[in-house]
Amino acid sequence: MALTEVRPPLELTAGDEPLRKPLGAFTRPTSSQGWRSWITTVDHKKIGIMYGATAMAFFALGGLEALLIRAQLAQPNGQVLDPQVYNQMFTMHGTTMIFLVIMPMLAAFSNYLIPLMIGARDVAFPRLNALSYWIFLFGGLFLYSSFVLGGPPDSGWFNYAPQSGVVHSPGHGIDYWTLGLQITGIASLLGAVNLIVTCLNMRAPGMTLLRMPVFVWMALVAQFLLLFAIPVITVALFLLMFDRLFGANFFNVSAGADPLLWQHLFWIFGHPEVYILILPAFGIVSEVIPTFARKPLFGYPFMVFSGIAIGFMGWGVWVHHMFASGVGPVSVAAFALTTMFIAVPTGVKIFNWIGTLWKGKLQFTTAMMFAVGLVSQFTIGGLSGVMHSVAPHDTQQTDTYFIVAHFHYVLFGGSMFGIFAGMYYWWPKIFGYKLSERIGKKNFWLMFVGFNLTFAPMHIVGLQGMPRRTATYPEGMGWDLMNLLETIGAFIIAVSFLVWIYNVVASRKNPHAGADPWDARTLEWGTSSPPPVHNFDVEPTAEHLDEWWHVKYDEDEQGRPVRRQSYTFYSDVDEASKARGGRAPEVDTSSIHLPSPSYWPVVIALALPLIGYGLIYTYWLAGIGGLLLFAGVYGLGLEPSVDPEAGHDDHAADGHPDPDPDTETGTELVDAEVGAPGGAGASKEETP
Amino acid sequence: MSVADQTMAPTSTPVESSGPLAHDATAAPHHTSTGLSNEKLGMWLFLGSECLLFGGLISTFLLYRAKDVPGMAGPAVGDLYDIPFTSVSSFVLLMSSLTMVLSLSAIQRADQRRARTWLLTTALLGGTFVAGQVYEFTAFVREGLGYTTNLQSSAFYTLTGFHGVHVTLGIVMLMSLFVMSLRGRLSSERAETVEIVGLYWHFVDIVWIIIFTLVYLIPA
Repeated sequence: MALTEVRPPLELTAGDEPLRKPLGAFTRPTSSQGWRSWITTVDHKKIGIMYGATAMAFFALGGLEALLIRAQLAQPNGQVLDPQVYNQMFTMHGTTMIFLVIMPMLAAFSNYLIPLMIGARDVAFPRLNALSYWIFLFGGLFLYSSFVLGGPPDSGWFNYAPQSGVVHSPGHGIDYWTLGLQITGIASLLGAVNLIVTCLNMRAPGMTLLRMPVFVWMALVAQFLLLFAIPVITVALFLLMFDRLFGANFFNVSAGADPLLWQHLFWIFGHPEVYILILPAFGIVSEVIPTFARKPLFGYPFMVFSGIAIGFMGWGVWVHHMFASGVGPVSVAAFALTTMFIAVPTGVKIFNWIGTLWKGKLQFTTAMMFAVGLVSQFTIGGLSGVMHSVAPHDTQQTDTYFIVAHFHYVLFGGSMFGIFAGMYYWWPKIFGYKLSERIGKKNFWLMFVGFNLTFAPMHIVGLQGMPRRTATYPEGMGWDLMNLLETIGAFIIAVSFLVWIYNVVASRKNPHAGADPWDARTLEWGTSSPPPVHNFDVEPTAEHLDEWWHVKYDEDEQGRPVRRQSYTFYSDVDEASKARGGRAPEVDTSSIHLPSPSYWPVVIALALPLIGYGLIYTYWLAGIGGLLLFAGVYGLGLEPSVDPEAGHDDHAADGHPDPDPDTETGTELVDAEVGAPGGAGASKEETP
Repeated sequence: MSVADQTMAPTSTPVESSGPLAHDATAAPHHTSTGLSNEKLGMWLFLGSECLLFGGLISTFLLYRAKDVPGMAGPAVGDLYDIPFTSVSSFVLLMSSLTMVLSLSAIQRADQRRARTWLLTTALLGGTFVAGQVYEFTAFVREGLGYTTNLQSSAFYTLTGFHGVHVTLGIVMLMSLFVMSLRGRLSSERAETVEIVGLYWHFVDIVWIIIFTLVYLIPA
């Protein structure tokens, strides 16, 4: 690469002088240490960590709301919360857990892992990636600012109109909800475009689509679902916002509006959303289980194609959320059938995991326990889900705690268990040390017991007819004991979360785990822990599925794996990792250039909540936000993705020739050397 | 490549051709797995997402136009259409797709002056369309069909206004390209940027064809 270049002595005068401060506002940030480096970073690994940390903070908030709900319901005629506050709590609990915890948590894994797993140096658009994160963060904070600015939304996470219209919800809570979710929706949409392009375009040589790890596949399918689902809820939010702020009639029943419009739009988004939440978790356990079963994943192509099938079929089942709304027998019958069918590819996955576990040399690490926890708990949730394809049963269970039990088995027993499995599994890769296994197992068992104690009794009270979203229940219904157990279970989950936090804090002094502590199978374990900023010193080449395993292991005549005497890591790893036979590659990394940090993503993200507050309170503020947005988009668009002035560490002195006097020079650098263009034009065009 | 090549030519050595910056402008500028550049693929994905956005708004309009509301306030939107006028403005928008293509063709041939001319023409045609929409809205409001008047009016103004905002953003992009070209920052290797803006522009056009057909031409 650039090592062989002979540079003319005068090339620094290549005419890039006026381009360094694109709008004269900022000098380009350069720090790679300290808090500034986090605010301006475009490194997918740092962004992934920020996504994860933010999501876990919101998890604590959403958990607190859940505890308040359970405290209220611990006894009949609960007095802990005012009914209005109770409504706000379950609304914010659902909204938080779905939009601000599980989605960003999976964005965290996707961001951190996809480039590493496909052998890329970064995502396709590193600065858009930073933009997605900051928009998500400010969108979440905007939504939560409603707590101090007149009260949070109170219409449930599905927010049915016309109940959420001005007449029935006169406060500003719903406005915060519609605007906040539109803002986080922009973040998800940008992230989806970015990660899909990354998966399709940035794969290392030899990394064909059917050699991509299952996690990458499932994340890819989920991003496609996001790409097409986010605009649908955006339409719904948009219409509701116009109803509330500008007096439109979309959900004004007295003007003849159809209340089913909201339900359709919401659930056309809402059901794919379920798969957005669960598919990446499926991907996580599909990486964890083979590693700790010491076997390749059983039926890799079936895993991939069943995921794709779920991605398609997920669009055809939304009406089963509306069976009780009077959509008519033909719709009910058709959607009951599709609901049965979608259980098939999901069942394929369950059997493939069991097939992977079958006759494996199982190692029950904490990650493995959470992964097997997902397989078992999600199966319960999946079965109670497919029960609802029996329409009379669905009608009977609508708006009871049976539904609450069902989707918590899917989203907590499925997604959250998968997320915890992923955290325990990849923690040593991300931070260089393992989380304590001893504390981790306590974490798991507390969560497992607490989870089942909380949600299993809900099946029973649900079948007995206990309605959800109701602040109290009377004595003598036979629900007292079950509700008390549920509340105890919820507090056990809270203890388990505190154990996890303790583990995170206490494990910081753990010894370095090495590059490949689990003897795992995918490319990210072939680089150091944590990976260098450019991910790989040498670009990996994939010749097999589970490439890193094949680098480490050969087969003997009986087809048993035999560890090779010598193999090469993708970057310079610690000595302990080399002791098992691996070598560091001999390569000079000083020519690897990555996109430079930027302030603009934060500026743009800051503009959006300003517009939001402006629309609610005073249009002047929205104007200021709009101008800031405009400036930010142009700043980001015109700024070279690689700072022409950046020293690039080792050879700061020789700089780089400028191939044409164009602001986008930097893009060329990245294209050629890193393969991660953050095209100047792209960000601008994707904003509308 | 051209400017830098010329300035560096006297001192550069053949070895440089192996350097990362020396790749030929005619060769594929991006080393991607699909061969499509990241930016272009990203734009295609974004437009795919936009289809659902317009799909939702068009469905909402069709649902509410077909709804028979007894005693509906104000006129029905279908009674106010000025089909000849909207046909002309639709034709103007369609022609802007042609000038967009001419601009791309010019920039690919490194004909900066023509490229600029066609970019400006495209923006002007788009502006004419938006002006026509503003006129149409004003006329409708004068006829007593405000945004909040009835179900249909809310759906109609939201859908067509949303499309108008898309055209306006397209004009902003075109004018940005125009200014970049004036300042010499839109060399022919950057033709793809024009192509990507063109993708967006054509998409907005196609959406208008659908809206014009479903909303204006096919009666309720």
